[in-house]
Amino acid sequence: MHRGQVSGWDAAVASRIIEARRQEPGAMLPILHDLQETFGYVDRAALPLIADALNLSRAEVHGVVSFYHDFRSEPAGRTQVKICRGEACQAVGCRELAAAAERRHGLTLGETSPAGDLTLEEVFCLGNCALGPAVQVDGESHGRVTPDVLDALIATSRSRGHA
Amino acid sequence: MTVRIHVPADSAAASVGADQVAARLAIEIERAGLDARIVRTGSRGLFWLEPMIEIETAAGPIAYGPVAPADIPGLLAAGLIDGGAHPLRLGPTAAIPYLARQERLTFARCGAIDPVSVDDYRARGGFKGLERALAMKPIEIVEEVTASGLRGRGGAGFPTGIKWRTVLGATADQKHIVCNADEGDSGTFADRMLMEGDPMLLIEGMAIAGLAVGATQGWIYIRSEYPRAVTTFTRAVEACRRAGILGAKVGGTGPAFDITVRMGAGAYVCGEETSLLESLEGKRALVRFKPPLPALKGLFGKPTVINNVLSFAAVPTILADGAKAYADYGMGRSRGTLPFQLAGNIKFGGLVEKAFGMTLGEAIHDFGGGTRSGRPVRAVQVGGPLGAYFPADHLDTPLDYEAFAARKGMLGHGGIVVFDDSVDMAEQARFAFEFCAKESCGKCTPCRIGSTRGRETIEKVIRGEAVERNLALVDDLCRTMTDASLCALGGLTPYPVLSAIEHFPEDFDRAPARVAAE
Ligand SMILES: Cc1cc2nc3c(=O)[nH]c(=O)nc-3n(C[C@H](O)[C@H](O)[C@H](O)COP(=O)(O)O)c2cc1C
Ligand code: SF4
Ligand code: FES
Repeated sequence: MHRGQVSGWDAAVASRIIEARRQEPGAMLPILHDLQETFGYVDRAALPLIADALNLSRAEVHGVVSFYHDFRSEPAGRTQVKICRGEACQAVGCRELAAAAERRHGLTLGETSPAGDLTLEEVFCLGNCALGPAVQVDGESHGRVTPDVLDALIATSRSRGHA
Repeated sequence: MTVRIHVPADSAAASVGADQVAARLAIEIERAGLDARIVRTGSRGLFWLEPMIEIETAAGPIAYGPVAPADIPGLLAAGLIDGGAHPLRLGPTAAIPYLARQERLTFARCGAIDPVSVDDYRARGGFKGLERALAMKPIEIVEEVTASGLRGRGGAGFPTGIKWRTVLGATADQKHIVCNADEGDSGTFADRMLMEGDPMLLIEGMAIAGLAVGATQGWIYIRSEYPRAVTTFTRAVEACRRAGILGAKVGGTGPAFDITVRMGAGAYVCGEETSLLESLEGKRALVRFKPPLPALKGLFGKPTVINNVLSFAAVPTILADGAKAYADYGMGRSRGTLPFQLAGNIKFGGLVEKAFGMTLGEAIHDFGGGTRSGRPVRAVQVGGPLGAYFPADHLDTPLDYEAFAARKGMLGHGGIVVFDDSVDMAEQARFAFEFCAKESCGKCTPCRIGSTRGRETIEKVIRGEAVERNLALVDDLCRTMTDASLCALGGLTPYPVLSAIEHFPEDFDRAPARVAAE
């Protein structure tokens, strides 16, 4: 999801996560999700561990990780904003919303701020298409979002993170 | 007696403040010492009224909405827990015209029950279909589903009974039931609402499918953009296990059946059934060549039923009330009901479950109230990002698989996205290519590379560069994508592109680019 529960890569923690899942059929995605949930990203150092446990080559594991949009190889910003760019949200101004967010924060969608406090991302549909423009901030959905509402949401997330 | 107050926990309702309403309500009930209990439900799907709360009275539920946290002291003072008068009072929920005019079979319970309570589900007629199925032979269940005329609700509209019969006929030591809950189409949210509001209906449908084909293992693949659906559905599965509905003896007396919940990872193509199977197996989700059909060689190489959420969710009703009762709804070869989703620039956006056959215009104007902006409707995209754009003069098209196909469109998952007259259709065509380029699984060249070239070419048109020649190039590219793509992502991207060009030519007729003037 967003910020990991553990700060910094820890091979022992990763090995425990992998071990707990390795017997499941098709364990790859659940393992990657658990790693990302724990660390906030999938560290490169996890790839050989997964490859070993699932009896695959490192290249195969890398191929899977890089195929899916969700898995990141670097930590995300402390506040993670996903702006929907699906057609239903386009019909009510998500292009303008995204442009305003990019301008105000000096980022383009897909980027994390240099200070590591904010990541802006695009997403195609959050299932909130009747209440667009829709965004997710730290995994929570918000509907009928204007540029000012989005700024307030980001500010709230920041103050929560620093409390 | 303790009064039940229903507050949706649906993620769309939460996106406009339902959690804050529930929190404030809890504080105020405690403070006033009222004998009332908050139950978090799904949504009724009247999103412009969310957060909409309901009080269970002897005469049925009374609705209030949209409620803000600050309204709550006033509502309680006005006698909320007795259904008292207040400017936000909407009256008996069932009498709200938007709901009263629907034909809700699949969504009858959504918003009216605690989604993770087996008792609530059963009290409202749940598990009747499963009980009947437990007394039937597998082939009888398959025949009942076939006779209902149910066609897959995930997009392609393939008859569900025929698919099940193939899996029933296959011999194997293990068979699987897979639920496709990847709902990636923009403008659709019915699967999400059902998983958050009445997940046990889906569990019951999957269990009946297991009985019908002899499968003991079920899987559901839910997209990661739907975290609440993952949580609620998982809790519902656990509750069903505790109640002995899932597990060693399905429904308490049948063979084994259990469900594993898996979360996707943000790839649209995983909604394609063979891509989804690859993903469940832990691989890069490249689309498979067919044959072999998943029905014969599916998950882990075993015979597999793969259906959409709404297809499975229709099955308990078909078993409980009989195939004929279901087939009596609808028109032509489109039987039963479809939960349509009104989205985009629409005043009364939400879920409308109706028999097939209402026109697109009736859905948008009679239910949706026209555009949210108040400007004229200019374009409507039905069926997700691969669906055609229809102009306003196509609003007489009945919502029916064949009627849409006849106008080079598709009904897909029933998502209706409305645009007003400020839309730039060249920009929409450009986006269709961009989406395909971003989401392509990469297996075939026309889809992987053609979509990028298509985007560049439309961008030239938008800039006014050699418009006629570039539009001819787009046409050519689209033909190649249609003919040479392995799956519908590459194969249907021409629908939004070509329909935009055909119906809205004025948006592509750009002034020639001004060449450097000096
Ligand atoms: C690119 C692509 C995306 C799809 N996305 C979905 C989806 O999100 N949900 C779904 O049920 N079917 C989706 N489908 C259709 C499935 O491949 C398949 O037809 C369907 O799951 C079968 O179930 P049904 O017969 O119950 O409709 C998609 C197809 C394609 C080509
Ligand atoms: S059409 Fe596109 S998404 Fe479908 S199989 Fe080919 S490359 Fe993959
Ligand atoms: S298109 Fe934005 S939430 Fe569905």
